[in-house]
Amino acid sequence: MEAGKRMEKVLEKSLNQKVKRRSFLKVFAAAAATSVVPVKEATAFSFSKYFQKHYKEMTEADKKKVFARITKEAKEKYNTSINISDPQAIPGVKYAYCLNLKACNGSRMCVTACAEENNIDPDIGSYIKVLEMPIGTSNTERGDLFYDEHNLPKDGKYYLPTQCNQCDNAPCTKVCPVEATWKEKDGLVVIDYDWCIGCRYCQAACPYEARHFNFKEPKIDKSKLNTQQSYLSNRVRSKGVMEKCTFCLHRSREGQYPACLEACPTGARKFGNILDPKSEVAQIFKHKRVFVLKEELNTMPQFFYYFD
Amino acid sequence: MIVEALTGSKVYFLWLGFLTILFLLGVFAYYQQLKFGLEVTNLSQIVSWGAYIANFTFLVGVAAAAVLMVVPAYVFKIPEVKEIVIIAEIMAFVALILCLMFIVVDLGDPLKSWHLIPYIGKLNFPQSVLAWDVIILNGYLLLNAHVPGYVLYQMYLGNEPKKKYYYPFVFLSIFWAISIHTVTAFLYSGLGGKPFWNSAILAPRFLISAFSAGPALLILVFYTINKVRYHFKVKVKVFKILKSIAAIAFPINLFLVFCEVFKEFYTDSAHVASARYLFTGLHGHNILVPYIWFAIIAQIFVITVFWVPKLRDNSKFLLPACVVGFIGIWIEKGMGLIIPGFLPSPHGIIVDYTPSITEIFVCLGIWSFGALLFTMMAKVAIEILNGKLRVK
Repeated sequence: MEAGKRMEKVLEKSLNQKVKRRSFLKVFAAAAATSVVPVKEATAFSFSKYFQKHYKEMTEADKKKVFARITKEAKEKYNTSINISDPQAIPGVKYAYCLNLKACNGSRMCVTACAEENNIDPDIGSYIKVLEMPIGTSNTERGDLFYDEHNLPKDGKYYLPTQCNQCDNAPCTKVCPVEATWKEKDGLVVIDYDWCIGCRYCQAACPYEARHFNFKEPKIDKSKLNTQQSYLSNRVRSKGVMEKCTFCLHRSREGQYPACLEACPTGARKFGNILDPKSEVAQIFKHKRVFVLKEELNTMPQFFYYFD
Repeated sequence: MIVEALTGSKVYFLWLGFLTILFLLGVFAYYQQLKFGLEVTNLSQIVSWGAYIANFTFLVGVAAAAVLMVVPAYVFKIPEVKEIVIIAEIMAFVALILCLMFIVVDLGDPLKSWHLIPYIGKLNFPQSVLAWDVIILNGYLLLNAHVPGYVLYQMYLGNEPKKKYYYPFVFLSIFWAISIHTVTAFLYSGLGGKPFWNSAILAPRFLISAFSAGPALLILVFYTINKVRYHFKVKVKVFKILKSIAAIAFPINLFLVFCEVFKEFYTDSAHVASARYLFTGLHGHNILVPYIWFAIIAQIFVITVFWVPKLRDNSKFLLPACVVGFIGIWIEKGMGLIIPGFLPSPHGIIVDYTPSITEIFVCLGIWSFGALLFTMMAKVAIEILNGKLRVK
């Protein structure tokens, strides 16, 4: 009975994870239905968004206009005031993440915290995935994403959270045909959501499954909307563009820890400035044996793992 | 010229009508996709490219195959080929239009595609291979618009086309044809994170498969032209050349597939998983297995037909072989290449992909648009080539 219940839960979870699809017939029905739905449901078409400059070419005045538009759109859609910030990279800072695999107990607290912090649509889920790995391998293909959350950690298993590695030699930024994604001076790989054309080449190029596509207009629960947003990180995306983890740029550049770190119940997550020799991450680098995923691809991840 | 394209027999109109209806259905399906997003496709975070990109890849090959007529016509100066080379160039032109259409329908936010225009947008050249592809495909499109356009228009006016105005572009297009398919292969083979695509023989494979499916399609097109245009005949010599090319290209294509299969399965590294998914099925997922084996058996059948003189000179065998060969290559380098590249995902997830009904209608719509465009352009071209259509 125990096994049966577990299977049921795993199944339910994987079903929830699966992107819900509209069949062609449903589309007909939906098309008919939308005509009776009040106008508010439909997203207003924004001309100015389509003639907007690339983020890097915006002047302060341009930015002001764009942020005002985003705030206005959010007001219309969610009926709440949001705050759009634009924190810049701090000189002399390069972010690195270290994760203690001995400490991680697979609770998935980071997964949930990430989703809430970054206004992620439930179909995408979260930027973090936790794999239940059999001991003796670090091949992520052999991990189990849909493990049961009870009685963790299980014998013979360890837990491997993955998210964007903020690679120094990032395959995703290289392949983008329109420079909609790039690496910032502090090492964070960001996307200008308003510039992305949605070709999904970066998603194909990423060896870590860290890029996510908006197959539909994201739907975020009004009560769960995080109103503290930034242009390059957790503001609400639109249909047809990519999104990804930015180490919570809107927090980390303001001197806070990323949401996943604060949510971790075991202290497995360490984050900081790798250029500062006194920082926790620099100390871990010095004293622990750290490694990265898929080193053979030479992507030079800035997300490191270690066993304490 | 427009009048010529819009006049013809009942069968001609039925054919145009049929294609127009399919095209309009495609437009409607695409409208749904624009409205709801790519959610109406069966693409997922795991398999993020599908039918659109598969068709795009295949059609780049069709476009490149025009070179198989251009070289005999302009380099070896075979008069029988020179008569009809314009038709092959028009086919390349149409194939490229379809390639661009397939790329646009695959975009999540197509209204932003102006970002791809150099200087006005922000084309990531030379870093992104996709940026190279944008330039190279549009360049080839211009070349194949200019050469047949110039030659036909001069003939229409009753002038002799001046060589200096199109010969340089013809020779440029020979190199350009090779490069369009090479760059398209590099789109895939340049990704270290996708071991199934990360193979040096992908570009040669793409080219040789184009030189297999290309002649098959050209034979079918020329055969149809001979059937419907009683006062214009594509000469036997042209068919002979195409048959010889196919007889060489199909076996080489299978050989290269075999090389990949050997490397994957004999090495038996962790990277064999994608090849297993395609050829034998992986963890009970075997949706592509019957297709790929059909493609391989089809190619063996095609080789048999093209190698036995009695069979290849009998249209009862030749035409089915061309159809089957064309479909076989479409499966092998379309879905058979794109889908397994994504599976299993880096996290070991397998999501079987088959195109949704919306995707199928969009694809059919684009293909019908191509057939429509080609039919009308080829009809006008033939009337000009045989001297019937001239400015009054």
